[in-house]
Amino acid sequence: MKKIIVSLVVVFCASILNVKAETIEVCATCNITSIKEAIVIAKDFDTIVVKKGTYKEYNIIIDKPLTLIGENYPVIDGENKGEIITIHSDNVTVDGFHIINVGTSYIEDYAAIRVVKSKNFIIQNLKLENLFFGIYLEKAKEGKILNNTILGDAIQEYNSGNGIQLWYSKNIDIENNYVQGVRDGIYLEFSDFCNIINNVSTGNIRYGLHFMFSNNDIYQDNTFEKNGAGVAVMFSKKIKMYNNIFKKNWGSASYGLLLKEINDAEIIGNTFEENTIGINIEGTNRINYKNNDFIRNGWAMKVRGACYTNTFFENNFLYNSFDLSYNSKLNDNIFDNNYWSNYTGYDLDKNGIGDVPYRPVKLFSYIVNRTPETIILLRSLFIDIIDFSEKVSPVFTPDNLLDNNPSIKKIEW
Amino acid sequence: MLKILKYSFYDLMRSRWSYVYFIFYLLLGVVLLFLNNNLSKAVITLMNVIIVLVPLIGTIFGVMYYYNSKEFTELLLAQPLKRSSIFLGQYLGVALSLSMSLILGLGIPFVFYGLFKSNDIWDFSLLLITGTFLTFIFTALAFNIALSNENKIKGFGYAILLWLFLAVIYDGLFLMSLILFEDYPLDKLSLFGTMLNPIDLSRTLILLKLDISALLGYTGAVFKKFFGTNFGLIVSIIMLSVWVVLPVLRIVYKSNRKDF
Repeated sequence: MKKIIVSLVVVFCASILNVKAETIEVCATCNITSIKEAIVIAKDFDTIVVKKGTYKEYNIIIDKPLTLIGENYPVIDGENKGEIITIHSDNVTVDGFHIINVGTSYIEDYAAIRVVKSKNFIIQNLKLENLFFGIYLEKAKEGKILNNTILGDAIQEYNSGNGIQLWYSKNIDIENNYVQGVRDGIYLEFSDFCNIINNVSTGNIRYGLHFMFSNNDIYQDNTFEKNGAGVAVMFSKKIKMYNNIFKKNWGSASYGLLLKEINDAEIIGNTFEENTIGINIEGTNRINYKNNDFIRNGWAMKVRGACYTNTFFENNFLYNSFDLSYNSKLNDNIFDNNYWSNYTGYDLDKNGIGDVPYRPVKLFSYIVNRTPETIILLRSLFIDIIDFSEKVSPVFTPDNLLDNNPSIKKIEW
Repeated sequence: MLKILKYSFYDLMRSRWSYVYFIFYLLLGVVLLFLNNNLSKAVITLMNVIIVLVPLIGTIFGVMYYYNSKEFTELLLAQPLKRSSIFLGQYLGVALSLSMSLILGLGIPFVFYGLFKSNDIWDFSLLLITGTFLTFIFTALAFNIALSNENKIKGFGYAILLWLFLAVIYDGLFLMSLILFEDYPLDKLSLFGTMLNPIDLSRTLILLKLDISALLGYTGAVFKKFFGTNFGLIVSIIMLSVWVVLPVLRIVYKSNRKDF
């Protein structure tokens, strides 16, 4: 409480002292020709307007509350020498720059913009190109990252950085960004209460979005396409995943969504389309899957082990090569009232629910788990016959793994 | 040869069976389009049907035609004609008329449904190409069986057995051997095994279109090269052509030596 009062007083005094925040202009023909110079002479809460042009600068350190605005996207060229902008102060806004050529280092994580132990920052409308790390938040709080475009050209994991990285950060909003061609599009480590909304993350070599030890975060309305894996959520709790699109993540270790050691999450309204594996789950407990669409994936879901009390309710499984794969005979998860396009039962009482339970795990998916090469026999008549016999009397697949109320029509919500 | 081809072709065109076959495919196409209301879904279902049904019809029809036109064949043999041209003419007549029924029967409903305006035209033409290949392969195999067996019942028996073996039993044996040798690297063996069976070959062609996301889940480099690039498509089509050429060569060889 004391702290808050003190900080309020400080902010109040500061605003009185700086009633007239000044505007400083930077351009090639102005009095001030470099951004660093402008920062040195600026007072707290001043605005620095940078005109169009190319500024070859790096290690720009912002150590007081300032607003940096670029007019018509001035270029800041780091010439591959190191980090470009570092923010050490609260209340900083950086808006409208084109930042290129961040240095690559194997010792330090150089970023286009780094925020260190600061609050209330806004980073928006930036274009980052040829980068190592893009936007790096280190123990930052209550900030916004909006409308940025990050275009990397990463080829290998070991010498590339992440687009947006959060480390020990809290309450950050990441909205409307476009991230392409980096290692992890967005990476959260020990970062809680963040909102990740309406971003596009595509063509990244590792993950589109990656959570590590981060709790209580929300991501929704994002699109993840053609990444090594769409989203990886690991060792985290209470993550909410709403209305995202996971598309075309192809490869031997590619997933739309990879869940590992996740508890109490909600996965609602997402679309998984044409991934090798829609969702891969391992050691996940108490997760609600509801109203998700799984369309034409290789495996809609792969359940590895130690997954208990998950519920799958009112999802659509449409034309997947395999709906579900289990590697054990144990099942503690509940499937109810989903729509399965492979369901062949009937509905005599016309209540919209099939009269025969559906078995989502086929014998063939068990065989493919054991001997992967047999995948080449997919859609063979012989395989259809053995699948049918397994359906009649399950021997290899969990016999209590049933959807007792399969929907007859595709579920709309 | 062309003249005999023409005679067999016209003969078949007048026969009831080509119409039955044609109408069957027409109905199948119409019903699938009507039920699915969607071109691409109808194409997927058709692919599953075609790889099983086309070989069956090709074999049965080929054997039947050979035995039925035996008297005519013997009449032709009395003429100063090359033996290979008689049998090749008949074979091509059957295979062409069957393929025509297939292409027209399936083509007409799909064209009316607006095939040319959709993106599925490539999938659909692949389907027709596969179907035509299968017709040519299995008619040739049927002629081989009929040439080697004077006894009609035996001939039909072998023909059905051949279909059953290639469509179902082969995959069973294939699966068993893959599971048996699972400790060894199997990707080359599995691709090789596929090449030896024309039905499996056509199935892989279809998998390449439909289940590419599942196929890429396997780690083998050979698989990746086969399924991830156009390499798989090209190799499959070459192997299908080989599957047509070999039985046809045997027809020529057998017919030249056979004592009528």
